[in-house]
Amino acid sequence: MEAAIGRDAQRSGPGVSLPPVLRIENLSKSFGGVRALDAVNLAVGHGEVHGLLGQNGSGKSTLIKILSGFHEPDPGARLWLGGREIPLPIPPGECRASGISFVHQNLGLVASLTVIENLLVSDLAAENRWLIDWRREVQRARELFARYAITLDPTAPVARLSPVERAQLAIVRAFDQLRSVRRQESAAGLLVLDEPTPFLPAHDVDALFRLVREIVADGASVVFVSHDIDEVRTITDRATVLRDGRVAGTFETAAMSKGEIVRMIVGQHVDLETMRPPPRRFDDRHIAIRGLSGGAVRNFSATLRRGEVIGLTGLIGSGYDDLVYMLYGATRADRGSIEFDGRRLSIADLTPTKAIAAGCVLIPGDRQAAGAVPTLDVVDNLSLPVLDEIGRAWALSERALGRNARGLAERFDVRPRDPSLLFGALSGGNQQKVLLAKWLQLSPRLILLDEPTQGVDVGARAQVFAAIAKAADQGATVLCASADYEQLTAICHRIFVFARGVVVGELVGSQISKSMIAETCYKNAQGDLSEVFS
Amino acid sequence: MSDTPERSMAAKGTGARMPRDVIDSLERLALPIVWVVTIAIFGAVRPDTFLTWSNFSTILGSQAVLVVVALGLIIPLTAGDYDLSIASVVTLSSMIVAVLNVNHGLPIGWAILGALATGAMTGIVNGFFVLYFRINSLIVTLGVGTFLHGVTLWISDSQTISGISDWLVTVVIVTRLFGVPLGFYYALLLCIAIWYVFSYTALGRRLVFVGRGREVARLSGIRVDRVRWGCFIVSGLMGAFAGIVYSGTTGAADPSSGLSFLLPAFAAAFLGATSINPGRFNPWGTMISVYFLVTGITGLSILGVSTFVQDLFYGGALVIAVTLSQLVRGREERLA
Repeated sequence: MEAAIGRDAQRSGPGVSLPPVLRIENLSKSFGGVRALDAVNLAVGHGEVHGLLGQNGSGKSTLIKILSGFHEPDPGARLWLGGREIPLPIPPGECRASGISFVHQNLGLVASLTVIENLLVSDLAAENRWLIDWRREVQRARELFARYAITLDPTAPVARLSPVERAQLAIVRAFDQLRSVRRQESAAGLLVLDEPTPFLPAHDVDALFRLVREIVADGASVVFVSHDIDEVRTITDRATVLRDGRVAGTFETAAMSKGEIVRMIVGQHVDLETMRPPPRRFDDRHIAIRGLSGGAVRNFSATLRRGEVIGLTGLIGSGYDDLVYMLYGATRADRGSIEFDGRRLSIADLTPTKAIAAGCVLIPGDRQAAGAVPTLDVVDNLSLPVLDEIGRAWALSERALGRNARGLAERFDVRPRDPSLLFGALSGGNQQKVLLAKWLQLSPRLILLDEPTQGVDVGARAQVFAAIAKAADQGATVLCASADYEQLTAICHRIFVFARGVVVGELVGSQISKSMIAETCYKNAQGDLSEVFS
Repeated sequence: MSDTPERSMAAKGTGARMPRDVIDSLERLALPIVWVVTIAIFGAVRPDTFLTWSNFSTILGSQAVLVVVALGLIIPLTAGDYDLSIASVVTLSSMIVAVLNVNHGLPIGWAILGALATGAMTGIVNGFFVLYFRINSLIVTLGVGTFLHGVTLWISDSQTISGISDWLVTVVIVTRLFGVPLGFYYALLLCIAIWYVFSYTALGRRLVFVGRGREVARLSGIRVDRVRWGCFIVSGLMGAFAGIVYSGTTGAADPSSGLSFLLPAFAAAFLGATSINPGRFNPWGTMISVYFLVTGITGLSILGVSTFVQDLFYGGALVIAVTLSQLVRGREERLA
């Protein structure tokens, strides 16, 4: 083990005799009974760009959160930075002092402040400086940007920067924050880039990678977290794949084909969940979506039949999750139309009110902020869409609303069976059942779902699936956006896979399996089809 | 709602000694009880002056304006918006009644219509800036209120205008029913109307959702912007109505005194939200709060305490009331 790490570090970095910048041994983390990380070993060599790959739930983000001091690891783990052992857990906020700096996906910039203010923000937070010499700081920022060939005006507000300029600023800032560490130690520090690219177009990604290489040339090491295998192959020297909390493999990136990497990420293990939707004969009536563009989605068209459950998936940033919100008029689309049984609506003019009137309902992913009001009771939350139907709008009957709510709680098995409880007092699974009840009581024609079983326990998950299947049985069309492949496999008759805003794969019936979805997602991240199966 | 005791015990958690229902009712009725206790204390100290029907009828009648203003506030508050311009609408509309009726000799009916139109217009303007430009309602209504005060001073030359039609004075303060001026009953009718809308109409339910979860409301098909705009218009109209009652109470309009209604009205609205229907702005709680606060102030001034007690009382009540309603809300969120 020791020898292996030493050898890897020597081979990958220019500094032959230097110890690895980061070394982790036997790192585990359990949440309740679930092992998110299981005895993970990792070493990042000096001057190395190290990729970290894995599906959702593979343990990537848990690992990052332990490094940043957000989670405490299970006892028994050891960690070295630049050859010096650091006691675990790392106190939150201390990671920078120990030589790790993070760029998270949201970049952590304040849009309303200027570039220079954002650049200095952590210094200002950490030190008590009573007199800031702005002219000197601006001068220093100009030199910093010039060294990395970035054209940024230090006095411009961040809100006016393009996405790639923001990412560049965040990366340069993270590197700059390590300068005090660089002065003291032999090690140059470690930069963790946690999915900085999914919202960037390809040529901007190139610009970002040039910056990363220059920073590495200045002595930093980088951990690059990404879903995108092509990006990982372009920028990294070595990569580690996590699967189900364990290291599935560490390898020299240049020595692996894309197909081999995909297989290592997805794994060859058999699906434990073998649930499949019952085959169904669909009737002719249908819903047609034509030329929908907006958000990340470009020109999506599809014909959806009644009784069909259709999955939408892809990697983060591919746009699949924007679709359901646009079809409901919850976020604005640029253009496109939707046709219900011959009646045509413009999606760009759609509002939730119009969508509901057309027989379309949305169950959003964020239950607490968008689905229902946690501080109101279940009766109130369930009654909202049917206030006009139950009794009269100008003379509501508390009793009729209560009766309706109790009936729904019975039908959807909401527990405890007491609709006078506050919505927020229910468990995640029961909250989701309330939301299903709230909307399915309207007998909608099109049901839009976003991550319908996120934070839902296993038992309730099966009930949610059953409720979706039943609605489809009764003739509704279901569109379900999800990154949970097991769930999609269990409920969908057809799945659209998105990459960079367009459909890159359509899986139907028996083609649908968890590993097939994952392969389609990963292999199409840059549209390279041939290599995976070679 | 039909709620068996053991079910609601299970619902509200364990460990409480007293049955949950008793605690709930105590919380609901705390304010009326405190009000009665206040009356009893002052009554015991000064039975001859305080415990007289004329004292009570004066309190009930003279505070009708404040009740209407406070009721006007809870409508946008329920929908999650502040209307700080309402007190300026009170002054402006009473001044418009006076200017049109006294200076221009218009019939009182037209003057009243003019005042109501001004109130509605203010609501439209408030809503326009808040909803189209997405500016915080606190800022918009603060600015609009100050602007309206300027208009009031301008059209009145900063003078008090008296001599408003006797008819208005008659129907507001002179005519009495059970010894109480009619003005009180106007406020009572408004209170009943708002209570009905809040409790028994789809509109009232939607209002609560707009205030508590704007995104939930929007995704549930409620036209959130339309509802919020409507609330601003209604509060503008209520402010104008309060102004009309105010000019009827005194038979005159002065350009500034109406502004002093703002803080007591907020105090009453927030204090009211701690009782009757705890955690929600509600008309009965608001109305009782107004009278509770006024009873305290009247009692103390009968005892000979100076007039600064009014500011101590209203200011203190506002902060305490907001704190209490925050605690009620916090408990609900902990439950969640």
